[in-house]
Amino acid sequence: MDYGSLGFQALAAIIKIAFMILGFLMPLASILTWMERRQSSMMQDRLGPNRANIPLPWKINGKQANWRMWGITHFMADALKFLFKEDYVPSKAHKFLFMWAPIMAMAPALIVAAIIPFGPPLCWGELLQKGAACNQPVPLQIARLDIGLLFYFAIASLSVYGATLAGWASHNKWSMMGGLRASSQMMSYEVTMGMAVLGSFLVFGTLEPGAIADAQTHILSLGSYHTSWGIFTQPLGFILFLTAAIAETKRTPFDIPEGEPEIIGYFVEYSGLRFGMFFLGEFLEIVTSSAIMITLFFGGWHWGTWLDNTLQAHLPNVFFVVVMFALWTMKVFAFCAFQLLIRWSLPRFRSDQLMRLGWQRLLPISIANVVATALIILWAQA
Amino acid sequence: MAVGVKVVNRPGSLAQQAYLPAIAEGLGVTFRHFVKNFFGNVSGMRKKTDIVTIEYPEETKKYPPRNRGLHRLMLRDDGQVRCVACMMCPTVCPAHCITIVPEEAPDGRIEKRPKIFEIDELRCVVCGLCAEACPCDAIRMDTLDHAKPTTRRADGILDKEELMSRGTTSTAVQGGVGAFWREKVEGVPQTPPAGDVFPAGPPTGPVPVTREPGKGT
Repeated sequence: MDYGSLGFQALAAIIKIAFMILGFLMPLASILTWMERRQSSMMQDRLGPNRANIPLPWKINGKQANWRMWGITHFMADALKFLFKEDYVPSKAHKFLFMWAPIMAMAPALIVAAIIPFGPPLCWGELLQKGAACNQPVPLQIARLDIGLLFYFAIASLSVYGATLAGWASHNKWSMMGGLRASSQMMSYEVTMGMAVLGSFLVFGTLEPGAIADAQTHILSLGSYHTSWGIFTQPLGFILFLTAAIAETKRTPFDIPEGEPEIIGYFVEYSGLRFGMFFLGEFLEIVTSSAIMITLFFGGWHWGTWLDNTLQAHLPNVFFVVVMFALWTMKVFAFCAFQLLIRWSLPRFRSDQLMRLGWQRLLPISIANVVATALIILWAQA
Repeated sequence: MAVGVKVVNRPGSLAQQAYLPAIAEGLGVTFRHFVKNFFGNVSGMRKKTDIVTIEYPEETKKYPPRNRGLHRLMLRDDGQVRCVACMMCPTVCPAHCITIVPEEAPDGRIEKRPKIFEIDELRCVVCGLCAEACPCDAIRMDTLDHAKPTTRRADGILDKEELMSRGTTSTAVQGGVGAFWREKVEGVPQTPPAGDVFPAGPPTGPVPVTREPGKGT
């Protein structure tokens, strides 16, 4: 099939969407639900869930053989449990919004994945060719949008509707308060988030995530600063973005909307699979925000010129793509684990402390970061 | 002014106010624990890790030696029950879980022995008063075991054979050598029973205990 045709591009996009959702986002987010419990228990000198297993049809030493895998199948057991639980809807709830709120909370996290570059371009037609030359590169990114990260902010800010509507539609004062807190928190931290990324825009000169990732070919280059990883050109921007991103996922230390000890949260009335969607949506947000941070600050799928070029020169294109995708997945996975580490290490903020941190500390610092970055770039270009 | 506001000033260095050094330190602590436990667990060296979890069905925690647990009835040197049915333990038992029906001992050396000795482990409050009240070291609670769960309440009642199955001989002086050395008592045989376990006549001191290897005291 001709590469340039619309049919080919549409087919490629559908395949990429299916791969990203079914092959990457959903499995990783599901495993994270188990990993969070297992990792936190290891951090706290416990063992954590290691019991769930799949029984195998034979016996070892008279005992039923099973496939245990350190309890990794717990996420399947959880999903199965959610499926068979009662789908409770409060009698005074707004039925329509109550049913749609979980979807509105989970869908943005999936949509955001459209702009994430997850590997080097695939050379269609020359899959087994070694080297960088490529006639028909298929970018491993579902949508190459010029607005790029603006799309990310637009869609990510939609997920606040899920939380707020869930809180309002439940007809429960606790979930209402949770929804209000969610909306105030997410709006506040989106401002910081946008400001934190502005510095990266100034450095890379583009909003398109694929182009930003491709710009970071060196891990650290002192000569041409804009080709090194974003963490080195925008260290402060990274910390600000990380803080805001954790606040966006509504997890400890910023779990004000959930706040188990005071209000149970905007999903207090939810049960079964609908609660499961909120739950999974939270982990999807971790994955996507990790991937965005990798793209902006850790070079996307790049691992420095030496490794990239060596692998590209010695591996057929298709294997090169697979290897780089696996390495990129490792990066994302490590970042998810880091977010879990933060969630299980830090105490939570109070609501007013959270607002003060967001508006009085992070926002001025992020604006100062943008100004300083602009001045430095001006000086470097002059 | 109804409500006073007390302003708390929290001075601190810039590093304290920025949270970041403290956050890094905290993350370091949790990460060290994670690495130690994770790699210790994966490489099969559980002993080297800090993990305190006991994986229950496969591992059990040993009770401490002074633990009060399931009852047992101790044995005489000839394997008979040590209990002389003095009714001390059912009297002192606050939960009324001990049932003793005494009967006359047939051999004449002891006046009484329990015909029925039952303990309802479901009622027992594990206070240990029965073992404390026992004058002849016949009932003990040192099995380092707990009452097993049962599906029927009747199974929670242990009878004499069950209690004696965990019993061993005691190092305590074995009393109740018998009435044959007293004045003639009607209905009691006046000759000591055959057998070389007990010497005829009054006890002269502690009876030497023959222990079988593998059995406790």
